[in-house]
Amino acid sequence: MKQRLERATGQHPGDSPIIKTSVRLLVPFVQLFGLYVIVHGHYSPGGGFQGGVALGASFILLALAYDLKTSIRHFSEGANAVLANTGALIYTGVAALCAVMGGLFLDYSALDKLIPLGPIEWRSFGIFLVEVGVGLAVMSIMVSLFWDISSGGEMDEGL
Amino acid sequence: MDGMLQEVVAKYNYWIYVVLMMIGFYAMIGKRNLVKKLLGMNIFQTAIILFFVSTGVKRGGGIPILDKYKVLAEGIDPTQIVNPLPHVLMLTAIVVSVSVTGVALAVMQRIHREYGTLEEDEILERISE
Amino acid sequence: MKALALIATVITGILLLYGTRDFPAWGDPQSPANRHLSPYYIENAVAETHVPNVVTAVLGDYRGYDTMFETVVIFCAGMAVASVLRRNKS
Repeated sequence: MKQRLERATGQHPGDSPIIKTSVRLLVPFVQLFGLYVIVHGHYSPGGGFQGGVALGASFILLALAYDLKTSIRHFSEGANAVLANTGALIYTGVAALCAVMGGLFLDYSALDKLIPLGPIEWRSFGIFLVEVGVGLAVMSIMVSLFWDISSGGEMDEGL
Repeated sequence: MDGMLQEVVAKYNYWIYVVLMMIGFYAMIGKRNLVKKLLGMNIFQTAIILFFVSTGVKRGGGIPILDKYKVLAEGIDPTQIVNPLPHVLMLTAIVVSVSVTGVALAVMQRIHREYGTLEEDEILERISE
Repeated sequence: MKALALIATVITGILLLYGTRDFPAWGDPQSPANRHLSPYYIENAVAETHVPNVVTAVLGDYRGYDTMFETVVIFCAGMAVASVLRRNKS
């Protein structure tokens, strides 16, 4: 703990303008790729878990190249908690909505009564909704795992 | 001789997974350090994931991403596509392994904060003091 | 202690290697794992869900419960880490 504090107050070992600039340029593309992986999961390898991990990795990259404070400034703790809950809620909410609309739990074709797209198309679209929920939950949980473990729960100075 | 060679070609992947799994098993039961135990568990999980994925392989099979309109028009022969079921199960297993690793690292950090060490016998000594 | 662990590891490894004798050959399309349930998914997933990626179709639709509790597991992991490590700020 003491070592970590000493190191954190002094110059960061990996503190270089090259790394910072390249990470700043790279992060938007990593996030765009993460969104692409989530949305394109029906037609190519990918889906909620993989895209969520890519999105979370962009914030972890930010925390590694700059410091934990910068990453928390871009993605606050409150937003993190809200997104994690929203992700889990989207999944269970879609599943429960299917039951409310008269189908079975998680039977997306029952949502056809809500917006008439056709039961088979709804099964495709329901998978997409669920994947978005999984992606949000995985992204925020990955980021919060990194924050907690790298700073020992203090959320002030990380690696 | 030819039969034995065929046996080796048909089974050598399972032998590799068994060796990998035993490396993880030895790290889990033989090492004293908690981080080494956790790494052993991760190697063990990797061996199981590889084993499951390899059971779904079909010789000459394509990836399980199909051409929608072609399949809707004329159907598909299941022997031409690798088994998607192990992929799905192992996708969830990978996520569980990440969660387990995260929780284990957090508990280890807490143990280190409490007892100042991650060696098993030293922790036991300090608990009994 | 280390020697005991090594002996146990070697014995378990030999038993598992002996067990692989009965396994189907690598890449066999007629192995039990490839015959039982997966042909149904491959043949019907596209027609029933209109998703070309069979893995996504099985993950999100046929095995939706699995994925749902998966999300719950990772959510619980995040909560567990936060409650184990974070200290009261006041």
